[in-house]
Amino acid sequence: MRIMLIDDSKTMRNIQKSVLKQLGYTEIEEACDGQDALSKVGAFQPELCLVDWNMPNMDGLSFVKAFRQQNKTTPLIMVTTEAEKSRVIEAIKAGVNNYVVKPFTPDLLSERITETLAKCGVKA
Amino acid sequence: MDAGLIAPFVSSIQHVFSTMFQLPVDVGQPAIKEGSKCTHDVSGIIGMSGEFTGTVVLSMPADTATSIVALFTGEPADVDSADFADAVGEIINMVCGNAKAAFQRKNVSISCPSVVVGKGHRVNSQSDIPCVLIPCNTDCGEVVLEVAIRPVAVESAAA
Repeated sequence: MRIMLIDDSKTMRNIQKSVLKQLGYTEIEEACDGQDALSKVGAFQPELCLVDWNMPNMDGLSFVKAFRQQNKTTPLIMVTTEAEKSRVIEAIKAGVNNYVVKPFTPDLLSERITETLAKCGVKA
Repeated sequence: MDAGLIAPFVSSIQHVFSTMFQLPVDVGQPAIKEGSKCTHDVSGIIGMSGEFTGTVVLSMPADTATSIVALFTGEPADVDSADFADAVGEIINMVCGNAKAAFQRKNVSISCPSVVVGKGHRVNSQSDIPCVLIPCNTDCGEVVLEVAIRPVAVESAAA
């Protein structure tokens, strides 16, 4: 499965990558902000994206809105420090399928990934 | 400064450190900071805007920061490396992000983090905002959270 990690923090991408590898996913593309991600989705064709919210150039919410204009089905998980209910609702309205608040444990992130793929009917 | 503004940062640093690094945090007595010199050599800095304005700094001695970053990333990083700055930035990002969630129904935004490394560096915040030092003891050494924020009138925040 092709998974795209979109986060301006390399540290956070590495932590998420290690969780994904433990789950058996190795086909991973990285992007450092929304703009970078939009420039890569065409060629990479992700089947799941993990998106941070606060990033320079283009934030995660803007990415989700732009991505959903062209792709309605690929599951998107917001992984962010934005923990307010209003933010979660805003993200879901924009097209996010699930939400993980940082800090998270590897187990929690694994659960949310598995849950999201099942909910969206994507074969893991 | 209202003690209610400090409590979310205390809870947040304990939550972030225990979840991400399995590192318990023993919080000491907060005090008002005098001057602009940072307490330690490594500072992770975040600006807050909206219905609260100001800055929050996570100040750590280089040795302590190196140990915490190693727990976070799983490998040692030199204090002058981009990876070190990235990790420190992400730590203060998580601490502020979680703290601001406690300000429910308030429209508050946080900036992307900045990291400064160097002996005796200064971070100047708005002169009309008192800065509260929150000393935190960990098994990796002492870290200090420097919180200088204040509420903004809703009309001004919307402008």
